[in-house]
Amino acid sequence: MTQTAQTETKTMLLNVGPSHPATHGVIEINAELDGEIISKANVEIGYLHRGFEKECECGTYTQCFPYTDRLNYVSPLINNFAFAGAVEQLMGLKVPERCEYIRVIMSELSRICDHLTCIGASAMELGAFSVFLYAIKAREWIWELVEEVTGARLTISYARVGGVKADLPVDFVADCRKVLRKTSEVINEVDQLLTRNRIFYDRMRGIGLISTEEALAWGITGPFLRGSGVEYDVRKDFPYSIYDRFDFDIPIGSEGDNYDRYLVRMEEMRQSMRILEQALDQMPEGPTNVDAEGKVIDPALMADLGKFGKTKGLLRNEALIEPTLEGSQRRFHGGVNADSPDDWLPPKEEVYSNIEALMNHFKIIMEGHGVRPAKGEVYYFVEGANGELGFYVVSDGTDRPWRVRCHPPCFPIMAAFSQIIVGDQIADLIPTFGSVNMIAGELDR
Amino acid sequence: MSENPLLERIRDEFGDSLISAHQLDQDTVVISRGAILELARFLKEQLGFEVLMDLTAVDYFKRRPRFEVVYHFLAMRGRKRLRVKVPVGGMEPKVDSLTPLWPNANWFEREVFDMFGIRFEGHPDLRRLLLYPEFEGHPLRKDYPVDKRQPLIGPQD
Repeated sequence: MTQTAQTETKTMLLNVGPSHPATHGVIEINAELDGEIISKANVEIGYLHRGFEKECECGTYTQCFPYTDRLNYVSPLINNFAFAGAVEQLMGLKVPERCEYIRVIMSELSRICDHLTCIGASAMELGAFSVFLYAIKAREWIWELVEEVTGARLTISYARVGGVKADLPVDFVADCRKVLRKTSEVINEVDQLLTRNRIFYDRMRGIGLISTEEALAWGITGPFLRGSGVEYDVRKDFPYSIYDRFDFDIPIGSEGDNYDRYLVRMEEMRQSMRILEQALDQMPEGPTNVDAEGKVIDPALMADLGKFGKTKGLLRNEALIEPTLEGSQRRFHGGVNADSPDDWLPPKEEVYSNIEALMNHFKIIMEGHGVRPAKGEVYYFVEGANGELGFYVVSDGTDRPWRVRCHPPCFPIMAAFSQIIVGDQIADLIPTFGSVNMIAGELDR
Repeated sequence: MSENPLLERIRDEFGDSLISAHQLDQDTVVISRGAILELARFLKEQLGFEVLMDLTAVDYFKRRPRFEVVYHFLAMRGRKRLRVKVPVGGMEPKVDSLTPLWPNANWFEREVFDMFGIRFEGHPDLRRLLLYPEFEGHPLRKDYPVDKRQPLIGPQD
């Protein structure tokens, strides 16, 4: 017997995560290694389970919004609008034109943020640290814009049933165009640094392969499916909101590997910018806050008059409403929310100045009243940054949802992940994982 | 209702097992528990619903049968959608697994088992997905108290 015949080959079990610097998001991947090749893998999730669905059942419809922020925390605006859309469809509400445009604009900004984060992080994990810094720099500009509009960077809670929290700031359109111009330069820069980079190309091309049939069988959507060559995008195939008004293309890949998914994401950001440009051009002005006679009342004065009971004549006037009563003069929800007093909180000025608005406010705020969709069920789905984001909401006619189910876009991808990485090297696990863009917040809920 | 060719086709094929159908927000059929695997195969192979988009359950608590397992299918050709609901109940609610047809049913069904305690027959590896093995109870059931303490966490001081 020779020496070599006596040596035995053993596989090694390598545990990646749940707290590993390269797995951005808490997840555990048990990889069985044959040398450097992954021969088997098992993915364990649930480390970030917060009971989102149970929490939603315990609160009112409006109270669900802060929880939806925390699903996909890179593009929380899309989650917000998806949930609002589900409840609106349940109630048969239609939001005003201006609000639809605001929702589209904010969603597309979020999508760019999400893709920038994904590409930046993937590049960093392959050693291209400066790309990460450039991408995050651009994301920061967009987040500043988001902060200006919503008041927060991440936990925005901007959507409301039947509208949004507040209208856009006065100089938003100009700011947004400026940010878009700068961001598009950054995207070009990233493009030049990565797309034809030998190291990046070799690490991404042919890695993390998934065929079209497999991707469909696993129920994968979004850039991951489009990278495998399926032209499926909810914005085009089941146009919701006002997406049918915009002219944009759906990029698809041909190989179904990491590199294709990277290219798809790069192109999607440019397409998002196209949508944004069109939306900014088309966005109508909301109704102004003047009454039929053109008379405008100063908000503080109107509130004061109301507090002293001097409501005579006030009813006919619409207040010039502002959110803070401190003189920001920002157009408030009058112009951006559904004209449906049962579902929408009246502006504070009106609550102070007339009894109808006060009762209206009471009916919505007090427990047991609130937003009450009719009995029924709805599955409302939008194109999230990672794929189809769906909300299945069941109403029993009370002010609390009976059941809220969130279909997270990265759930099917993570289910398939253990199959995708088999046959690749252990070092390839990281870029493949990066191209999934797993968000533990929505995966574990 | 009768105008819809898709629902008509399903009615022709599964008339005995079909409990009801509607097309309020999207085409929906409610089918009895025994027929789900057959219906799913029919949808996949005959009608082109190749994507199992979502699988979840709802606890109606006072209704009998108590639970409803809800499937959302998508047909890429023609971009059609269909919701299938299966009422299940009893002390040990169970329904046939769709894992032979779609690989992603594996995790979806594990999650439903985890959250509702509905068993899927024919599932290769039915264990908790999001929660840990020592967890007691199924939290999305309506009779699970929201302030329940778990053994590993210990009582509140």
